[in-house]
Amino acid sequence: MTHAAPVHSLWTTAAAAPDKIPAPHIEYGQLSPTLIVLGGAILGVLVEAFLPRRQRYGAQLFVSVLTLAAAFAAVVGLAAGDYGTGKAHVAAMGAIAVDGPALFLQGTILLVALVAVFTFAERRLDPVAHGNQVDSFAAQAAAVPGGEAEKAAVKAGFTTTEVFPLVLFAVGGMLVFPSANDLLTLFVALEVFSLPLYVLCALARRHRMLSQEAAVKYFLLGAFSSAFLLFGIALLYGYAGTVGYAGIADVVDGQVRNVTPALAGTMGNDALLLIGGAMVLMGLLFKIGAVPFHMWTPDVYQGAPTPVTGFMAAATKVAAFGALLRLLYVVLPGLRWDWRPVMWGVAIVTMLGGAIVAVTQTDVKRLLAYSSIAHAGFILAGVIATTPDGISSVLFYLAAYSFVTLGAFAVVTLVRDAGGEATHLSKWAGLGRRSPLVAAVFAVFLLAFAGIPLTSGFAGKFAVFKAAADGGAGALVVVGVISSAIAAFFYIRVIVLMFFSEPRTDGPSVAVPSVLTSSAIAIGVAVTLVLGVAPQYFLDLAGQAGVFVR
Amino acid sequence: MSFPLLTVTAAVPALGAIATAAVPAAKRAAAKWVALAFSLATLVLAAVALVRFDPGGARFQLTESHAWIADFGVRYELGVDGIAVVLIALTAVLIPFVILAGWHDADPLEGERPNRRWRPTQGFFALILMVEAMVVISFEATDVFLFYIFFEAMLIPMYFLIGGFGDRAGERSEEETATQRSYAAVKFLLYNLAGGLIMLAAVVGLYAVTADDLGTGTFSLQQIVQARASGDLSIATGTERWLFLGFFFAFAVKAPLWPLHTWLPNAMGESTAPVAVLITAVVDKVGTFAMLRFCLQLFPEASKWATPVILVLALISIIYGALLAVGQRDIKRLIAYASISHFGFIILGIFAMTTQGQGGATLYMVNHGISTAALMLVAGFLITRRGSRLIADYGGVQKVAPVLAGTFLIGGLATLSLPGLAPFISEFLVLVGTFSRYPVLGIIATVGIVLAALYVLVLYQRTMTGPVKDEVRGMPDLKARELLVVAPLIALLIFLGVYPKPLADIVNPAVDHTLSVVDEKDPKPDHPVDAGWFSYSPMHDGASGGAK
Repeated sequence: MTHAAPVHSLWTTAAAAPDKIPAPHIEYGQLSPTLIVLGGAILGVLVEAFLPRRQRYGAQLFVSVLTLAAAFAAVVGLAAGDYGTGKAHVAAMGAIAVDGPALFLQGTILLVALVAVFTFAERRLDPVAHGNQVDSFAAQAAAVPGGEAEKAAVKAGFTTTEVFPLVLFAVGGMLVFPSANDLLTLFVALEVFSLPLYVLCALARRHRMLSQEAAVKYFLLGAFSSAFLLFGIALLYGYAGTVGYAGIADVVDGQVRNVTPALAGTMGNDALLLIGGAMVLMGLLFKIGAVPFHMWTPDVYQGAPTPVTGFMAAATKVAAFGALLRLLYVVLPGLRWDWRPVMWGVAIVTMLGGAIVAVTQTDVKRLLAYSSIAHAGFILAGVIATTPDGISSVLFYLAAYSFVTLGAFAVVTLVRDAGGEATHLSKWAGLGRRSPLVAAVFAVFLLAFAGIPLTSGFAGKFAVFKAAADGGAGALVVVGVISSAIAAFFYIRVIVLMFFSEPRTDGPSVAVPSVLTSSAIAIGVAVTLVLGVAPQYFLDLAGQAGVFVR
Repeated sequence: MSFPLLTVTAAVPALGAIATAAVPAAKRAAAKWVALAFSLATLVLAAVALVRFDPGGARFQLTESHAWIADFGVRYELGVDGIAVVLIALTAVLIPFVILAGWHDADPLEGERPNRRWRPTQGFFALILMVEAMVVISFEATDVFLFYIFFEAMLIPMYFLIGGFGDRAGERSEEETATQRSYAAVKFLLYNLAGGLIMLAAVVGLYAVTADDLGTGTFSLQQIVQARASGDLSIATGTERWLFLGFFFAFAVKAPLWPLHTWLPNAMGESTAPVAVLITAVVDKVGTFAMLRFCLQLFPEASKWATPVILVLALISIIYGALLAVGQRDIKRLIAYASISHFGFIILGIFAMTTQGQGGATLYMVNHGISTAALMLVAGFLITRRGSRLIADYGGVQKVAPVLAGTFLIGGLATLSLPGLAPFISEFLVLVGTFSRYPVLGIIATVGIVLAALYVLVLYQRTMTGPVKDEVRGMPDLKARELLVVAPLIALLIFLGVYPKPLADIVNPAVDHTLSVVDEKDPKPDHPVDAGWFSYSPMHDGASGGAK
C-alpha cells in the first residue's frame, strides 16, 4: 500500500486526527472503600436474584458484613498510608477528595453501618410466624398491607432480604457524600444514599401503613429538598462557571477574573452566589434535620422500622454533617461573614426547638427524633466555630453520637408487647424492675444524650462548646447549656419512668435478643463509656483529621 | 513513683460499689458486710492521708499528676490542702455510720416476691459507696475539669438513692409516697443539673480564657493561680465576673443557698434518714468546699465584687431557714431547713474573707456534718419505729425510750450550737470573723442562733416530753446497732467541742493561703480580741493574719 498513499493524497487531505477524549485518571486504590461497598451491594443484588430464598439471609448477612469490614480495612489502610494528612489530595478528576475528614467520616459511617447491619439481621425478637423466624421487615414489600397477598407471603415465610443490598447502596452514597468535591458529585451521592433509605423506611413488618406513610413523607420532602439543592447548584454554576469546590472558592475569593463567554452575564454576580449558596445549604440542613427543615424527622423516625431508624439517625447525620463542613469550609469560607449569622440563627433555634418540643413527646422514637434535632444544633455550634478545632470537635461528636443513637434504638427494638415494639412511653413504666439490665443500659444511653460526665456525650459536648467558645461564639455555648438543661429534663423523665414507677400489669416484656442485637448494644455501651472516660486517642485522631484538602 | 494514696482512697469505695453490686441476689446480708468493709477500708486510708498530711508543709500535698485529655487541657491532678484532707476524713468517717444506720432500709418488704434480677439491697449500698468515691475525688481534684466531672457525675447515684429508696409508706398510701419521692428526686436532679450546666459554660469559658493567654488551655488550679499572680494570665473584669457567677451558681445550688435551696427539703424529707445525711452532711459540702477552693482562688477579684450580695443571701438563708424550721410539722423537713440555715453560716464565714471566718466555716462544715448526722440518724430511728414523720404523732418518747431521747437531745443541742459541743466553736468563729469586718451582719446572724434554740427545743419538747401517746407506747429503745451508730458520733461532737485544736491546726494554713490568693487581710480590730481559752490560733491575732 505504500505506493498508493501519494495517489490518494491527490484527491483527499488527511483530516486532523480528532482530539482523543482523555481517559480519566482514576485512583482506584484511594476510592477503594466506596468501590468495595458498591461492589458488595451489586453482589447482594445478584445473591437476591440467583440464590434460593432459604439461603439468601445467610448469604446476604455474610456479604454485607464482609463488605463493610473490608471497606473499613481499606479506610484504615488509606489512613495508615498517610492519605489523611500528608498525601491528602483530590482524586478522580477533582470529583472526590481524599483527606482527613473524609477518611474519618467514612470510617465512622462504615463502623456504624456494620453495627446497624447486626440489628437489621436480628431474627429472635419477633414471634415465630408459621414456623419461620422473622425480622423487622415486611414479608413482601409489594403486598398490600392486610391483603391476601401479604398473608400468603407471611405464611410462605418470605423475608425481605433486599434490605442488605439497600443498606450497602445507601452506605456507598454516604461514603461519597462527605468526600464529594464538586457539587454534581454531591448531588449524585445524595440521591444514591437517599433513595435506598426511602425504600427501607417503607419496609416495616408491623404498622405497615405508618411505615409507608413515613416513607412517602420522607420521599416527598426529600425530593423537595433535592430540588432546592439542584437549583442551588445551578445558580452556583452560573455564578462561578464551574461546579468544582476549589473553582467556586476561587471565584468567591475574587482570584479568578477571566469570564467564560457563555456566562459573561452572570458570572461573579453576588445575588446568584448568595441565593445558590443558601439553597445548597437548605438541601444539606434538611438531611441534618436542623430547624426549620426538621419536620420530616419525627414522623419518619417513628414510622420506619426501628433498625432503619437507628441506622438513618446515626449514619445520615454523619454523612450530611461531613458534606456541610466541606461546603462551608472549602467552598464558602470567603463568604463566612454572610453565612455565619444565618447558621447562628439555625443553630440556636435547632438546639432550643428540639429540646423544647421533645419535652411534650410521649413516644420513645419521637422523643429520640426530637433529641436528635437538639443534637444537630449542638453539632452546628461546632461547625460555626470555623477553626480546625471546630472540624475535629464535630468529627468527634459525630462518632460519639452515632454509637449512642444506634445503641438506644437497638434497645427500643427489645421492648415489646403483643403489637410489636411498645414505643409509647407509658408502657415503659417500671421497666427497671422487670429487666434492670436493659433499663440500666438505656439509662446509660440517655445520660450520654444528656451529656453527663464520664459518657461520650459529655466529651463531645465539651469539645464542640470549647471550639465554639474559641471561635468567638460564646453566646451559642450559653444557649447550648440552657437547651441541655431542658433536654436533661426529658431524658431524666424516661429514667424516672423506668426505675421509679410501678410496672404496669399489661406492660411490655423485654425480648431476649440473639447475639446480633446484643453485640450491637454492647458495642454502643462500650463506645459510650470509652469515649467518655478516655477520649484522648479519638480526639487525637479527629484532630489529625481536621484539615480539608482543597 | 510514690504510692498514689489519694487515687486509692477514691478507688476503694468505687471498687466497693462494684463488689457490692456483684453480690448475688440471694446473699443480701453479705452485700451489707461487703459495703461496710469497703467503707472502713476507706476510713483507714483517709486516716493515713490525715496523718501523712503535714500542716506546715507545701500547699497541696500527696499530689498526683498524669496526662489525661490533652486536647481539653485536662490533667488527672490530685492534691489535698488542709481543708480537703479534713473533709475527706469527715466523709470517710460518716459513710460507715450511714451504712450501719441504713442496714435495713433497703430490705425487701415482707411478702415481696423475690426477683432474681431486681436487687435493691445491693443497689442501695453500692450507690452509697459510689457517692462516697465521687465526693472524695472531688475533694481531691486540683484540676477544675476533673472536679467538674465528678461534681456532675455524683448526681446520678444520688438521684437513684433519693428516688429509689424511701421510708415505708406509714400513713400515706404507697402510691403517694412513690409520687412524692420521684418528684423529690427529679427536683434534686434538675436543680443540680441546671447548676452544673451553667457551670459547664463557665468551664468552657475558663478554657477559652486560658487558651488565649497561655497558648494552651489549662484547668490546673495551681497553674492558673500562679499565672494570674505572675501576670501571664489576665482575665478581663467583666469576663471574670461572668465566669465567677457560672461557678458560684452551681455551688450555691449544691450548698444550697437561698433562693436556690428549695430542692433540699423535698430531697431530705422523702429519702431515708441515712440518705438525707449523705445529702446534707457529705454531698452538699462539696458545694461550700468548692466555693473556697475554686471560686475564691480562680476569681479573687470577682469574689470580692460579689461579696456584698452573697453575704446578704447567706444572711437570708440563715434567718429564712431557721424561721421555716420553726414552722415545720415534719421532723425531717425541719432538719433540712435547719441545714439551710447552717449552710448560710458556712457561706457567711467563707465570704467574710477573714481567717476566723473561713477557718470557722471549714470547721463548721465538719461539725455540721457530724451533728446533723447524729440528729438525723436518731430521728430516722424514731421514724422507723412509729412510721410517721409528723411531729404531732409523737409525745412522751423519753419515758418509753430514754436512750433514744437522750441521744436525740444531744444531737439537737449540737445543732443549736451549745457550748461544749463541736458546732459552737465553729459558729462562734464564723460570727467573730464576720463581726470584725461587717458588724451589722454579724449581729443579725446571731438571730439565727436564737431561732435554732427555738426549733430544736420545741422539737424535743413536742416529741419527747409530755404524756406518752398511745402509738408511742411500747416503742423499743435503741438497739445495739443503732447505739453503735450514735455513740461514736456523740463522742466526736464532745471531743471536737472541747479540743478542736488538731483540726484547726490542719485547716488554718490552707485558709491563710486562700486568703492570700484573694489578697485580703483581716481588718485591724478596734480592740484587741482575746479569743479566749480555745485561742483559735496563735498566728491569727488581728492584722498579721492572712498575709504571708
